[in-house]
Amino acid sequence: MAAANATLAVDGLKTHFFTKAGVVKAVDGVSFEVGRGEIMGLVGESGSGKSVTGFSIIGLVDPPGRVVEGRILHNGEDLVGLGAERMRGLRGNRIAMIFQDPMMTLNPVLRIETQMVEAVLAHNAVSKEEARGMARDALGQVGIPSPDERLRAYPHQFSGGMRQRVAIAIALLNRPDLIIADEPTTALDVTIQGQILYEAQKLCREAGAAMIWITHDLAVVAGIADRISVMYAGRIVEQGETGDIVDRPAHPYTRGLIGSVPSRNTRGGRLFQIPGMTPSLLNLAPGCAFRERCPAADGACLVEPETSHPLPGRELRCHHPQLEAAP
Amino acid sequence: MTVFIIRRLMQSSVVVAVMSLLVFVGVNIVGDPVDMLINPEADQAEIERVMRDLGLDRPVHEQYGYFVVNALQGDLGKSFIFGEPALQLIVQRMPATFELAIAALLIAVVLGIPLGVIAGLRPEAPSSKAIMAGSILGFSLPSFWVGIMMIMLFAVMLGWLPSTGRGDTVPFLGMQVSFLTWDGLQHLLLPAINLSLFKLSLVIRLARAGTREVVHQDYIKFARAKGLSESRVVLVHLLKNIMIPVVTVLGLEFGGLVAFSVVTETVFAWPGMGKLIIDSLHELDRPVVVAYLMIVVLMFVIINLLVDIVYSVLDPRVRLQDARA
Repeated sequence: MAAANATLAVDGLKTHFFTKAGVVKAVDGVSFEVGRGEIMGLVGESGSGKSVTGFSIIGLVDPPGRVVEGRILHNGEDLVGLGAERMRGLRGNRIAMIFQDPMMTLNPVLRIETQMVEAVLAHNAVSKEEARGMARDALGQVGIPSPDERLRAYPHQFSGGMRQRVAIAIALLNRPDLIIADEPTTALDVTIQGQILYEAQKLCREAGAAMIWITHDLAVVAGIADRISVMYAGRIVEQGETGDIVDRPAHPYTRGLIGSVPSRNTRGGRLFQIPGMTPSLLNLAPGCAFRERCPAADGACLVEPETSHPLPGRELRCHHPQLEAAP
Repeated sequence: MTVFIIRRLMQSSVVVAVMSLLVFVGVNIVGDPVDMLINPEADQAEIERVMRDLGLDRPVHEQYGYFVVNALQGDLGKSFIFGEPALQLIVQRMPATFELAIAALLIAVVLGIPLGVIAGLRPEAPSSKAIMAGSILGFSLPSFWVGIMMIMLFAVMLGWLPSTGRGDTVPFLGMQVSFLTWDGLQHLLLPAINLSLFKLSLVIRLARAGTREVVHQDYIKFARAKGLSESRVVLVHLLKNIMIPVVTVLGLEFGGLVAFSVVTETVFAWPGMGKLIIDSLHELDRPVVVAYLMIVVLMFVIINLLVDIVYSVLDPRVRLQDARA
């Protein structure tokens, strides 16, 4: 199903960690596509493999982990098994990443200028002055006041929200066609979250870049993404248009996720919660990984469900799709 | 910053004052220099005359009072043995010791940081394990024994390098130095390596620990995500972050290097301050011992201050905190 015209087409990706205790299948057969100017939300709990998926794409999985199977087609070029130097040339240039914690992503002992100019110089044959000009423009673009002065500053002289803007500016410096945003608003205040979301969405549309927005927060992703992929235990269990998924979730896990978001209607009532915990990915038993926590589970769930298309534009891995409207 | 420096200077002067008292009382307990200085067959009148000349007939607190008054004027007393000002004796030998200590420090930094970073980047590799095993040896083997073994191997058996002395010296910035002549450099090599072994091991361990911590930080991963070359990630992003602890410890340890050089200077007959203090201790030459210890204390205090200043240059976050402190 991997079409060559998508900016990114991930097909059957498996990233496993070979630890002393055994093999951890952090990502176990993930497939999705993101096109130009499209934002895909990758949603899941901690440990569902969503961040590892992001790092697999940009080729920065830490040992003992490695991509063991599958293809990652970036404009038709397979990134799996690509040479280190070619991969470095794509990283930060065609494929950029924004990290979760803005307090940790900038090097504390280097000026913002140094950290931005080096990102330009790593990929473009331009003078230091030109690179500095590009850095200044990028800072202005993400809404940092008096960018010329701020270039001389160190990261600790910025607030968390400003640092995340700097990180976004760095990611956008070389006009990448794919941006992987790994929970970029999780560590920020709600008001700053909104600003960052808005900026990211605007910049992504303007630049025509494809974006993967990794988050555990359905509310955030519903506001920004065109499509949503829900990950559970290393697999995508449901995938579809954002509006469809939010209105008519078919997988019991997706329903649980949506049901546990507090809203005005649930005030005073008991909040829904998904029972149990995410399973350990170490030596995961065969079959549907969600069955221990699923209200609809039965004997059929001991067999791994295949991908089905119960609704138009919907992909699902479940033996018991819930096709009536959400509760 | 100014407030910070003034406060540090006041603290330092207290340290120096307390230390002078301890040292002065200490050397008075160790033994009576008159026994060493005087012909055993001298009569009582002779002994008393010498004691009066040296001021040893006075009570200790009075002697200390004289010492403090003179010390504040830059006079640390005259050597009993050489009859020269103690300060001058020490200052004459200072360049030799400093040359040795600086050479040892350079070896420790130039070899230690790369080895430590290599060991930290690939902790499981056999080469890294070999480096760490070597650093344990550097820590645990006694310096005098290693010195003697080095003399045996390189000077006696192989005959490659001289075993004692400073070799030819030339004047440099008003001091006599060995490292600018080929002969002097050959003389410097063994003692400098001997003195550096401990610090080298220390730097390796510091650099390795720093590397292992920093390499997992998000900003290193982010630097890679920017598509920077591996050499830039390691040489700029990683190295600048691990330099902070390394510089701090090395600065503080420079005083230790000078103090430790006593052993190395003795083994290699290096004519520095360490050799002088050992000889003076043997002969109970009190003014020289006291003067040496006072100089070492002063040096430690000054180094501490300098390290704090360098630290703030390396880590921009310290600059702001000083203003508030």
